[in-house]
Order: sequence, then C-alpha cells, then structure tokens
Amino acid sequence: MTDAATDDIPAPDGPVAVKIDSPAKRFAREFASDPIAVVGLILFVLIALIAIFAPLIAPQDPYDLAQLSIMDGGLQPGESSFGTGMTFWLGTDTQGRDMVSAIMYGLRISLFVAAVSLGLAITIGTVIGVTAAYFGGKIDSFIMRIVDLQLSFPAILIALILLALLGRGVDKVILALVIVQWAYYARTVRSSAIVERRKDYIDAARSLALSDRRIMFRHLLPNCVPPLIVVATVQIAQAIALEATLSFLGVGVPITEPSLGLLIANGYDYLLSGRYWISIFPGIALVLTIIAINLVGDRVRDVLNPRLDT
Amino acid sequence: MIVYLIRRFGQSVLSIAAMAVLVFLGVYAIGNPIDVLINPEATQAEIAATTARLGLDRPLYEQFGIFVWNALHGDLGNSFVYGRPAVDIILDRLPATMELAFVALILSVGLGVPLGVWAGLRPDSIAGRTIMGGSILGFSLPNFWQGMLLILIFAVLLGWLPAGGRGETTEFLGMRVSFLTLDGLSHLILPAINLALFKMSLIIRLARANTREVCLQDYVKFARAKGLSGRRVVLVHILKNIMIPVVTIIGLELGSMVAFAIVTETVFAWPGMGKLLIDSINLLDRPVIVAYLMLTVLIIVTINFVVDVIYSLLDPRIGLSEMKG
Repeated sequence: MTDAATDDIPAPDGPVAVKIDSPAKRFAREFASDPIAVVGLILFVLIALIAIFAPLIAPQDPYDLAQLSIMDGGLQPGESSFGTGMTFWLGTDTQGRDMVSAIMYGLRISLFVAAVSLGLAITIGTVIGVTAAYFGGKIDSFIMRIVDLQLSFPAILIALILLALLGRGVDKVILALVIVQWAYYARTVRSSAIVERRKDYIDAARSLALSDRRIMFRHLLPNCVPPLIVVATVQIAQAIALEATLSFLGVGVPITEPSLGLLIANGYDYLLSGRYWISIFPGIALVLTIIAINLVGDRVRDVLNPRLDT
Repeated sequence: MIVYLIRRFGQSVLSIAAMAVLVFLGVYAIGNPIDVLINPEATQAEIAATTARLGLDRPLYEQFGIFVWNALHGDLGNSFVYGRPAVDIILDRLPATMELAFVALILSVGLGVPLGVWAGLRPDSIAGRTIMGGSILGFSLPNFWQGMLLILIFAVLLGWLPAGGRGETTEFLGMRVSFLTLDGLSHLILPAINLALFKMSLIIRLARANTREVCLQDYVKFARAKGLSGRRVVLVHILKNIMIPVVTIIGLELGSMVAFAIVTETVFAWPGMGKLLIDSINLLDRPVIVAYLMLTVLIIVTINFVVDVIYSLLDPRIGLSEMKG
C-alpha cells in the first residue's frame, strides 16, 4: 500500500535490519486501542452478518404470504401467534408480519443498496479524480467544474430529482446514490493525487517510460487511499441515511423490497394510534447501524489522520 | 471586484442552465414526454392540442428552446391535479416553507453557538461531552427519524404539542404565518426543532473546534492576564472571532435547509412546498415537480451567489485570489 513503486524493481536482498510491522498491522493495533471503536466494530459485524444471513436465521419469511396470518395483525411485542404459537418478540405489523424478520430482511436491502452504491461511487469517483489530477489543465478544470456544480446542491435534492423522474426501484436508488456520491470521492482523490503527482517516485516511474495508465493506477492511486477511506466511512453512513430517507418519502425502494426506511414509513401511519413498534423497532435498527458505522469511522479517521482534532 | 462579481454571476447562470438542461432531458428525453406532461385522463383532442402547444412534435433542440422560453416567462405548465399554473401553486406554498426555514435557522444559531462555545471552553467536562455526543447523533441520524421521535415523545406520549399541520395562521406582511398565534406557534415548534437539529449539530461542532483554537491564541491569554472577567473574554474576544466561520456555514447551509424541509414537512404534514413536491410525486403531477425543481434550483443558486458576494466583501482576499486564478 505504501510502496507501490517497488513493484517494478526487484526487492533488495539480505535481511531487514529492523522488524517493522506492516501498515495494516499497525493500523489494527492503533484502532483496537479505543474500546468504544471496538464495540462499534463488533456491533457492525453483527449487523452485517444478520443482513447477509437473514434468509437463514429469520424466524419467518416476511414476504411469503403463506406464512402470514391476518389473525396475527398488530400484535404487541412479546405476544404469540394464534396459529403457530410462534412468539413475536418485536410484535407484528398490521398484516401479521413478524417484525424481527421484517427488520432482518430490511437491513439486508438497506445495506445492500449502501454497499453497492458505495463501491460504484468510489470506483467512478477515483478513476475520474485520478485522471483529473494526473492530466491537469483543461481536463482537470472541466471535471472539477462539474464536481463543484454538483456539490453546490444538497444531495437529497439531486437524489429526489432523479427518483422523481426515474420512478421507484432498487436499481434506481443505487443509481441515484452513485450520482450523488461520486463527486465527493473524485474531489478527495484529486486533491491528494495532485500533491502526490509532484513527488519523485512519479518522476521515476515516468522516466521508466511506464504508461500513463500504469502510473495512475499502480503508483499514484495507492498513495491516495487513506483520505479515500476517511471519506468513505463518512459517506457510507450518509448513504444508508439517504436511502432510508428516500424510501421513507416514498420515492426509494419498491414496496415489494422494503428497506428499513420503508418499514418505518409503513409503520408511521400507526404511530399516532399507539402501535409504536411497527416503525420504532426498524428505526432503532437503522440508528444502531448508523451509530456503529460512525464509531468505527471516527476511529479510522483518527488513526489515519493524526493531525485532525475532534 | 467587478471582475469577480461578473465571473461569479456567470457561474450562477451556468448552474441554473445546467440544471435546466438536466430537468429538461429528464422530462422530455427519457420516456415519452406526452405521458409525462399531459394528464393521463386527457382526451385524444386535448393530447393533440397540448402536443402542438408544447411543440412536442418538433426536434429536441427546438423543444428545449420552447421550454426555456416558457420558463423565462414563468410558465412551467399547468398542474394536472389543481388545473392551475404550477408556479402559482408553489408560490402559494412558499411562505410556509420560508417561515419554517427561518425559525429553524434562528433556533440552530441561537442554541448551536452557545452550546458549541460551552463545549469548547470545557471540552472534558460532562456537559461538554454530552453536547458533543448529542451533536454526533444530531447529524448522523436521519432527519425523518428524529422528527418521528419528537412526535412520539411530545405529541403521542406527553400530548403537549400537535403532531402535524400548521394551525391557525394570521396575515403578516402579506403572507400567512403561524408564529403570531399561540396555536400556530405550538404547531411550529416541533417541525422547526426537527429542521434545526442537523444544522445545530454542525454549528455546535464548528463553534467548539474554533473556540478551542481561539482559546490558545495570545490575545485571549492576554485578555485573561489583564484581569478581564470570564464573561467579557468569552462574549467579546472569543465569540467575535469564532463567528466568521459560523456565518459562512450558515450562509452555505441556508440553501440546503430548503431541501431538507422536504423531509420535515412530510413528517409533520406541514403544508409547505416540500410536502407539495412529495404529494406531486405520488400523484404524478409532473408540471408541479418540474416547477418545484426549477424554483428550488433558482433559490439555492441565488443564496449561494449572495453568500459568496457578501463573503468576498467581508474578506477581500477571496475576490483577489479568484481573480488571479
């Protein structure tokens, strides 16, 4: 990660005098020195596992109508099913759907949307950012104009515009999130790549007559990764919150694939009549996810950027 | 300065033009504009008439010209649902959103700055840590979720405040406002807090970080050494110096307040333009959607322009560096 330039030069022979931990090891040790961050990481891993294995561990398939009974509709947390005798620890919604299962499936969709959009946005943003920084000049100023233009509008507004025109759908939400987020990564990568570009190892790579593409992605890019990770930790929580908001507003995921945001929206109508559990428990799941990511992200930020205070 | 103003104005016009192209392409080029712009319940003759009036049978660039020409004349089509010009409907709703945004802005500054300074003066105290913890929750938790909790606590459990609507309104400067009647005020409190929380959290963090920085400066140490009271040091020496970045952030975030109002208005059924947008999306009332987008873009670009100009007046270095660049 630190020494990308060596991949074309044979490593020097002989024993290494001082044993230095790999950057990954050093990073892990520093990260673990903060117990709150470790708690956040454990919580996040747990949530991710629940999301991945939801179909295997959920007490019920909440979208298999054969398993639902309208008789069980609107049960309070802890009550049991009239038919199967199954206990609904977090109650049921008006259609008799077990909220524990619904939340597990909802998490799955929320995290899936966030993860895919994060991956795509990072990839697109990085390629564009590195290209802008490496070539500079007109290409650079053109790309950065677009980035500035986009960042001058609130993300939620842009996402709403897109979804209002495109309609609902998991793929469309992902597209909207990618379009909203790529600019942050492009700007981050560009600003660190512009500093790195002037360093000697890039000149060295150039004098070896390596191709532009190789220098950009094998030499320049690896050295721009730390700030990228910092931005990504902030953006992933933002992506989850934004998806939830869009789904809550009714322009996000379709009713057949409800994310946490849509579950909350569905239960919202019953909040005033006292059936708080239909929307509050999915909300708590959403909040725990976001808090876990923030705890991890804050620590990552501190470790990667020691100068940053607060 | 003039060069900077002209250049900055050009950028603003360019932003609006770019958004107009995007909205135009979104409506006219993706999918069939006849479906988008003409009421699904229209008769064949009406469809033909509207197609001709909007010039949908002509090439795309000519259509764009017509779209821009109409937009410049304030004509963004008629609402399917209300049968009135879309722009008029949105302007009817504008005062409600503006009232909400301004009250939220006042709340976020009025509470955010003192809390941030307090947390900055005593960063390791329990109060300081609590404020910071709260601010992290304030801007990491989704807006709509905070709003729902407010409703659950203050409207459902305690029953102190109404859960939605605008309440009684009175005429004020030619607009209908809520904050002058007791009933309206009780309806305004929760949505305003909801909209303010995110900005307040930002301002708290900013004020805290700046206070900590300023506290280490020589002039603060000197003021203390001179024997000035703690209150005077904080109110005069520290507060004055942290306000510059705070004012910048307020300006920049003002535009996003209008966008965030969409969420708050939906949660609290506040009859502003954000609620109108969501209702229009659900009703497929597309002329209103297009009109909302263009108006909001105009508002945000105008705010950004004004903020930049004011800021360059306050801090001459900005204009100068822009001119060189």
